[in-house]
Amino acid sequence: MSSQHPEQQAEQAADQLPAHSEEERKEQPVARMGMFGAKTTGDTSGYGGLVVRQSPKVSTPRPYGGPEGAAEAGVFDEVADELERALGGPGSSPEKAGPDFGDAIERVVVDRGEMTFFVKREHLAAVARTMRDEPSLRFELCSGVSGVHYPQDTGAELHSVVHLLSITHNRRVRLESTCPDADPHIPSLVPVYPTADWHERETYDFFGIVYDGHPALTRIEMPDDWVGHPQRKDYPLGGIPVEYRGAEIPPPDERRSYV
Amino acid sequence: MSPSTKYTEYDAYAAEEAAEGKVFDVGGQDWDKVVGAAEDLGDERLVVNMGPQHPSTHGVLRLILTLDGETVNECRVGIGYLHTGIEKNMEFRTWTQGTTFCTRMDYLAPIFNETAYCLGVEKLLGVTDQVPERAQIIRVMMMELNRISSHLVAIATFGLELGATTVMLNGFIEREYTLDLFEEITGLRMNMAYVRPGGVAQDLPSGALSSVRDYLDRMPKRIQALRKLMDSNPVYLARTKDIAYLDLTGCMAMGITGPMLRATGLPWDLRKSQPYCGYETYDFEVATQDTSDVYGRYLVRMQEMEESLKIVEQCVERLQSVKGPVMIEDKKIGWPAQLAIGADGMGNSPRHIAHIMGTSMEALIHHFKLVTEGFRVPAGQAYAAIESPRGELGVHVVSDGGTRPYRVHFRDPSFTNLQATPAMAEGGMIADVIAAVASIDPVMGGVDR
Repeated sequence: MSSQHPEQQAEQAADQLPAHSEEERKEQPVARMGMFGAKTTGDTSGYGGLVVRQSPKVSTPRPYGGPEGAAEAGVFDEVADELERALGGPGSSPEKAGPDFGDAIERVVVDRGEMTFFVKREHLAAVARTMRDEPSLRFELCSGVSGVHYPQDTGAELHSVVHLLSITHNRRVRLESTCPDADPHIPSLVPVYPTADWHERETYDFFGIVYDGHPALTRIEMPDDWVGHPQRKDYPLGGIPVEYRGAEIPPPDERRSYV
Repeated sequence: MSPSTKYTEYDAYAAEEAAEGKVFDVGGQDWDKVVGAAEDLGDERLVVNMGPQHPSTHGVLRLILTLDGETVNECRVGIGYLHTGIEKNMEFRTWTQGTTFCTRMDYLAPIFNETAYCLGVEKLLGVTDQVPERAQIIRVMMMELNRISSHLVAIATFGLELGATTVMLNGFIEREYTLDLFEEITGLRMNMAYVRPGGVAQDLPSGALSSVRDYLDRMPKRIQALRKLMDSNPVYLARTKDIAYLDLTGCMAMGITGPMLRATGLPWDLRKSQPYCGYETYDFEVATQDTSDVYGRYLVRMQEMEESLKIVEQCVERLQSVKGPVMIEDKKIGWPAQLAIGADGMGNSPRHIAHIMGTSMEALIHHFKLVTEGFRVPAGQAYAAIESPRGELGVHVVSDGGTRPYRVHFRDPSFTNLQATPAMAEGGMIADVIAAVASIDPVMGGVDR
């Protein structure tokens, strides 16, 4: 680089759009890896150089609307309002034990007629308890826990997704909590929803998320002495090539994919 | 047989005996010896391992029972013997190929697995409203036929597990007629992969509707015959009434849905409360009982079969007048080919092959791209839930914008409901454990996935 003319260097620096520092650029969801010129695949469309590092951390503005659409305030706004009222705003009452709404909820996403609260993991149990006990919320049924592994989502690789159902009000919401790979701990919801017992064991089994406070967090589907957590993205599918009518078919994870 | 004398060279139980007390190896027909030896030990407590290979555990389910005499003091449930990694495998196939995997989960209700998955994918694609009406009616008809066949197996195996072979034979005979319909319509009796994202794989073959009508003529009488056999049979009542009680509070805590929940008196049915596939336009009742016991669950299942017949009847009526495509119009999503029966079995229809190979380059490209690469689904996540014969079958689908699912998770009702076994079995008699498990009607393929 030093051999280049200073003017050229300045020009190149100006070309690197958008103007972000190195740290900031890591946070950007899309990386531009040099838009033109085929280096590996022969793709000259110009889009091959766009690498999606992670899905952007979107957050839905008010009004949230309802399952039918977000044109005007609807059921989801009601749920958010009630949760905010139940948890209280900053400094609403000094002797209150639980977390504030702003502290507990990172962001709210309304997409495809479904509402997701991204809950900070340390406040998950308190939020779930409020969701269950508050008469205006009353999500009395937990429809299970599901894990998702996002290796690109640095610092929040493992997501634990809880689906709640209110039979009283006939609504559904989703609580999503994240934890980093290095510290895979999320508080257990078994004290609030006993049905989460097996679901959390399953998520632990497949993703390695440790649910703190679970009464007996052991493997449930895989054998007890299994090594690794099979549903993680870094865990290979495995398989052997199969001969079919004279041709050799590779195992599914080695076949051509169009990602 | 004295304990642990069978193995002279290697004592397999030595380590366990140190930790757990005497271990007996029951090989069959030696129960007296075990009881005698246990008496010698003077220990009232007996831990019995039931399953996973046991005719009364409803599949490869393992129960570890701590008994005091005939009373169950503690019941632990072991699962995982049928885990096949379907969710992981689906991440390595296209969205359409996913149906061939998920149909194999709950093998008694394959149409429900497929429909739940397809509704999830359609929600992600945002095409829920574009699925043709005829496809939705066919889906509803197939689901309700499947509900009947699944409940028939539930009741049949329940009879078998209690020792009533007549119930088993009658139930399986009727189920066979339902499977014949499936074979006629989809080509397969089970694991059909018939419901696809965007519609169904193919239209009804000619003559299918009249077969369904014959079935509708036959079934009400047969259900009546089953009811006559069991509804007030004193032996059956003694084994089911007030057995395995689980009330509404217990159901809510354990996340129980389906016939078990409706037997507590709560008319919660997703077909009514959160309708999908146009269920809001059909006329049917939600079956409930208020006894919270095994008998109530049986009655709910019987009534649901009768209601399902009513829905199928309405479907047949509509299918006569509603014509049109059974796959979404959008050429970027809809599977291009229609299937047809040829001399060598089912395959792409010759007309379609002639079209893409002879007349239309674009059609060939679309066919090739959709079959090899599949369609892309916009990034995001969705949860779709339907009322399967066992309760809420939910699917959590996550897409990263690619041609394959990023993550698919099924909330199988059998898995959730099976957790309630200890709550229903502990404190009761060991014979009632069988009734409790059978009344949950767990399908281990769905539990373990």
